[in-house]
Amino acid sequence: MNSPLSLFFGNRAAVIALACLAVITLLALGASLIYPQSPWKMVGAPFQPPAWGGHLMGTDMLGRDIAAGLVHGARVSLLIGLVSTAIALLIGVGIGAVAGYFGGLVDDILMRFTEVFQTIPSLIFAIVLVAIMGPSINSIVIAISVVSWPSVSRLVRAEFMTLRRREYVESSQVLGLPGWRIMLTDILPNAMAPVIVTATLMVATAILMESGLSFLGLGDPDMISWGYQIGAARTMLRAAWWMSFFPGVAIIITVLCLNLVGEGLSDALNPNLKRKKP
Amino acid sequence: MKLLKIVAALALTAQIANAAEPTEGGTLRLIAQPEPPMLMLGLNQQGPTQFVAGKIYEGLLRYGTDMSVLPGLAQSWTVSEDGLVYTFELQNDVVWHDGEPFSSKDVVFSLSKFLPEVHPRARGVMGHVKDITAKGANTVSIELNAPFPAFLQSFEVSSAPIVPAHIYEGTDYRSNAANETPIGTGPFKFDEWQRGSFIRLVKNDQYWQDGKPYLDEIVFNVVPDAASRAVAFETGKVDVLRGGDVEYFDVQRLAALPDAETTNAGWEFLSPITWIQFNLRNEPMNDVRFRKAVWHAIDREFIANAIWMGFADPADGPLPASSPFYKENLPAADYNPDKSRALLDEMGLTPDENGVRTTVRYLSLPYSETYIRMGEYIRQQLREIGIELEVTQTDVGGWAQSLGQWDYDMTVNLLYQYGDPALGVERAYVSSNLVKGSPSANVSGLDNPKIDKVLSEAGTATSTDERMKLYAEFQQTVVDEAYFGYLVRVNFPTVYKTKVRNLVGSAIGLNDTMADVWIAE
Repeated sequence: MNSPLSLFFGNRAAVIALACLAVITLLALGASLIYPQSPWKMVGAPFQPPAWGGHLMGTDMLGRDIAAGLVHGARVSLLIGLVSTAIALLIGVGIGAVAGYFGGLVDDILMRFTEVFQTIPSLIFAIVLVAIMGPSINSIVIAISVVSWPSVSRLVRAEFMTLRRREYVESSQVLGLPGWRIMLTDILPNAMAPVIVTATLMVATAILMESGLSFLGLGDPDMISWGYQIGAARTMLRAAWWMSFFPGVAIIITVLCLNLVGEGLSDALNPNLKRKKP
Repeated sequence: MKLLKIVAALALTAQIANAAEPTEGGTLRLIAQPEPPMLMLGLNQQGPTQFVAGKIYEGLLRYGTDMSVLPGLAQSWTVSEDGLVYTFELQNDVVWHDGEPFSSKDVVFSLSKFLPEVHPRARGVMGHVKDITAKGANTVSIELNAPFPAFLQSFEVSSAPIVPAHIYEGTDYRSNAANETPIGTGPFKFDEWQRGSFIRLVKNDQYWQDGKPYLDEIVFNVVPDAASRAVAFETGKVDVLRGGDVEYFDVQRLAALPDAETTNAGWEFLSPITWIQFNLRNEPMNDVRFRKAVWHAIDREFIANAIWMGFADPADGPLPASSPFYKENLPAADYNPDKSRALLDEMGLTPDENGVRTTVRYLSLPYSETYIRMGEYIRQQLREIGIELEVTQTDVGGWAQSLGQWDYDMTVNLLYQYGDPALGVERAYVSSNLVKGSPSANVSGLDNPKIDKVLSEAGTATSTDERMKLYAEFQQTVVDEAYFGYLVRVNFPTVYKTKVRNLVGSAIGLNDTMADVWIAE
């Protein structure tokens, strides 16, 4: 039987996507080295097309370097994607695990609570939250986490409900181990596979949502981000396509890669579900 | 060569326009942006309200694009030798939209009772008035306490709209039910307002100018997004774009359409100046060196050319260059960040390890993309000299609220000049206007007895030479003290379809009655 790792690396698309993500991450980490100056700094004449006057991707309406904004924006996008997913996982796994393990009334209460969040359209809910808290990187992370944890909790609850009937869990219960310990050491590791896959896709969704918020002018005014770049440039699309084109491509590539990696992971971790290759 | 062709084409169309006889009928489709809060011009004078309600209400006088005084509801006027008594002869056969006859009684009621109670600018002007009396049904005589040369500039429709006495007299003006269905004397009557969608005005058949207006109706569409407004013009859903309706980079593109024309005329009366507004009560804005440091850090040529796309000129002082009192050769605020750094060093504001000398709050003005870009530019330029701006994002209402309550450090503001400096400029500088609640009062906290004195003398001096001298002194003082960071004088280009004729005929441009506008088929 193949190990998950070799299964994953046998998936060419997923490997390419992972390499792409590695490059994007490197660019984000090295943003200050590649473009030491602030991405808000006006470095040239406004509206310069790509490769004109020494700017790889051209300049925007104030003469800011699009490429500099792009790599600094990668930082913001990835940071928000990762941190908000981490927070959402923390909440979602916690609530889902308790609900799934204990069942009964606890399950009922927690799931009704989750449903309250699930009934509100997530982007609109995020907009409301950011508008109330005021646009800043913290409020955006909080808003995205708050709207994305319910799906995790549903998933984790389902996993826990099936796993808690397994013999190894029952044997731990017979031995008198405390519930938290069984959840943490016996069930959670076995429930992680689908959670990891979901998490990858959640990062992609979070990046999209941050771009959406920035596009609507609800981004952190101190942080340049892809969504902001597109939002500011969208009305000039016909006059200066490059200003929204490159950030748009960056979002597409990042989200696509995250989805491919997620799919690769899903196939590798659940070999039984693997679709037959043509 | 291309320019020559355009000039020739313009001259040709002008000839055609002059030669053609106005045709009656048709609907003029405009954009109300943003949607006005109400249409009762006496109670609200925000830009969009002026634009829409300017067709419904009229003032006693109008002003030509050269700022000459023209007849409005007053057909003629005389000023006594000593400059104290103004007598207005009203138009004959004027009726209100509800059919009641208009008379000197309405004028006396508007000027002496209604406006002083609800209209801040009119209240200031009417403070100069000793007595207003009706002399017969068609004559009004106004006596002043002391000569006030700007008085004849105070009767533009938004400065002193004439409202119907038979509807408002003896009622609570602000809660009068008639505010929802405004009754004026203008060439167009209020018909329908679907909030969030459109406002429709229809032709006033009983208008006092025979044969006018030419149009059957005017529809103001509400289109909340600048790009959609540009598309609406391109596809012919609207006929006219006011300055600010579309972003400036789109103006050039739309103006080049084959059936479109553009003009900068029609803003002479308002001639707005954009400035950085400091809250002089707070540190470090109370230090002239700090304000000058901000001044020298900003390249106003860049703002005019790159951000306003050339539709603005750098401003070097409080008055527009078109004003007769404009002082030339003020010490121009040159763009020189090194000077800024030297000034901040001198103040003892030294950079920390991150290069930050001080942090101040910046209230962002969200009027349009252009203002947002200007905010981003200012923040970046100040960062270069070590001043960090902590940006507060808000909507237009929130901005006006914070500014009116003096809760800000720095922001960008736009001030209409209203013809004479005694009417439009003075209000932002004199200590008597240190009142909370309005963003266009003296919200910066400027309290300088010297400026108060000079402006008061300049406002009431009778000789133009004397006024020139006093206003020159005023301009010199405020520039020396850098109370405001003057940025640009804004030109608002109007883009319109060639078929719309006689669109801009006065100093208030599109805010005027549009009685003369017609559509060529």
